[in-house]
Amino acid sequence: MSEDANGFPEPSNEPLVVLQDVNKHFGDLHVLKDINLTVHHGEVVVVIGPSGSGKSTLCRTINRLETYESGTISVQGKALPEEGKALARLRADVGMVFQSFNLFSHKTILENVTMGPLKVRGVKPADAKKRAMELLDRVGVAHQAEKYPAQLSGGQQQRVAIARSLAMEPTVMLFDEPTSALDPEMINEVLDVMVQLAKSGMTMIVVTHEMGFARKAADRVVFMSDGAILEENTPEEFFTNPQTDRAQDFLSKILTH
Amino acid sequence: MLELIQEFELLAAFWMTIRLTLWSALFSLIIGTFVAIMRLSPVKVLQSIGTSYVNLLRNTPLTLIIVGTSLVLWGQLGLEPASRDSSTFIVDLNFRLAVLGLSVYHAAFVCEAIRSGVNTIPLGQAEAARSIGLTFGQSLRHVILPQGFRGAITPLGNTLIALTKNTTVASAIGVMDPAYQLDNIAEFRPDVLFLGFAVIALGFVVLTLPVGLIISALSSRLAVKR
Ligand SMILES: Nc1ncnc2c1ncn2[C@@H]1O[C@H](COP(=O)(O)OP(=O)(O)O)[C@@H](O)[C@H]1O
Ligand SMILES: [Mg+2]
Repeated sequence: MSEDANGFPEPSNEPLVVLQDVNKHFGDLHVLKDINLTVHHGEVVVVIGPSGSGKSTLCRTINRLETYESGTISVQGKALPEEGKALARLRADVGMVFQSFNLFSHKTILENVTMGPLKVRGVKPADAKKRAMELLDRVGVAHQAEKYPAQLSGGQQQRVAIARSLAMEPTVMLFDEPTSALDPEMINEVLDVMVQLAKSGMTMIVVTHEMGFARKAADRVVFMSDGAILEENTPEEFFTNPQTDRAQDFLSKILTH
Repeated sequence: MLELIQEFELLAAFWMTIRLTLWSALFSLIIGTFVAIMRLSPVKVLQSIGTSYVNLLRNTPLTLIIVGTSLVLWGQLGLEPASRDSSTFIVDLNFRLAVLGLSVYHAAFVCEAIRSGVNTIPLGQAEAARSIGLTFGQSLRHVILPQGFRGAITPLGNTLIALTKNTTVASAIGVMDPAYQLDNIAEFRPDVLFLGFAVIALGFVVLTLPVGLIISALSSRLAVKR
């Protein structure tokens, strides 16, 4: 894999996640409008846009936590299965990190990370534990392995959630505003883990308003508004030279904070 | 008082209460969990079977159900959960029919207790379970039900206490429990009827009070911290 000037691997031009003309409604609300998006192996795509523009719905549709009415979504060339075992298998390959962490409250940190490998992948307990401890070490919470989620800070919980996803060896990871629920002093510890992940060549779709992360790690920024993708560009181009009025308006709002 | 307890075999009668309670608790927990799973499943047909079960059983008087097991299930339909060769045939039969009736009735309450426990679980827990690739059954088993049961300890405990007291209805089909013996006291020793009432009432308090205490201790110890 070749690297760019900052040590990030260059994405390949092999498509991994492909959305074609995807439409979705919540009742009368048209929340995804003809979405076309291709994410390549190793690519980091940041999705940005005003609240309510459909960013979470987009993420959740990609691993089918939400259904959609028309269009196609494929991961690694395979169309999303309808329901049942095949869908469960696909979800195992698509990691998802939520705004509210969603660690299993009744399980220890270690059990949170080993559950998927044990129950879904059929990994042997000793191997699952060893791998989980490596991942927890990588995200810096190995010393908390025996605690319960409620005993950890938000930043620590979110790093465990990332480790839990990584334990499934996903081909792509989705992040839905992973730092929005965190106190400011904890945002960087989570972003650092995500930057490392990007450097390791992970394919990532990240909904975030953290421009620092976008500039540092993203190959592409996608701007959504009212359920449609209005702009796609490199971070540098998008932040310095937005093309649409809505993007300009949106950026002026988050920059004046 | 001791004399009264001996004459009417009240210790044996309360042992009967305990046996009725334990067996019915076990079966109603199993049936109730199945009905709860049906109501929680994404399959519409199963949901409506579960809902109908709860509405039907919960709203039928328990006496009707217990008497029904004897008069209809056994008497008319020939369901005979005991062996005629046994010297304790009638006793076994009545006991098992009573357990059956108590179990199906209280299963409706167990189901609703579990559902209320499941409703305390944030939606994100199920979504996280699905997103790491657990199937619906695995999510239920490893994430939803364990948390649901812990959230349901208090209503389950209340159901257990109600069940303990409701076992007295079994006397309607001849099970020799304290209520059955109270009838005997009224008939043969009306002079000590008040004492009989008091002793039996006290007996139930002694049985149910610790259950209440254990339940509240358990529910705070096992509560899922979020
Ligand atoms: N389950 C739902 N039912 C109905 N409307 C929903 C649901 N989830 C989201 N919405 C609506 O869809 C729109 C897009 O929501 P969302 O994808 O969460 O936006 P974003 O993540 O960009 O803030 C919003 O108007 C929201 O109110
Ligand atoms: Mg959102």
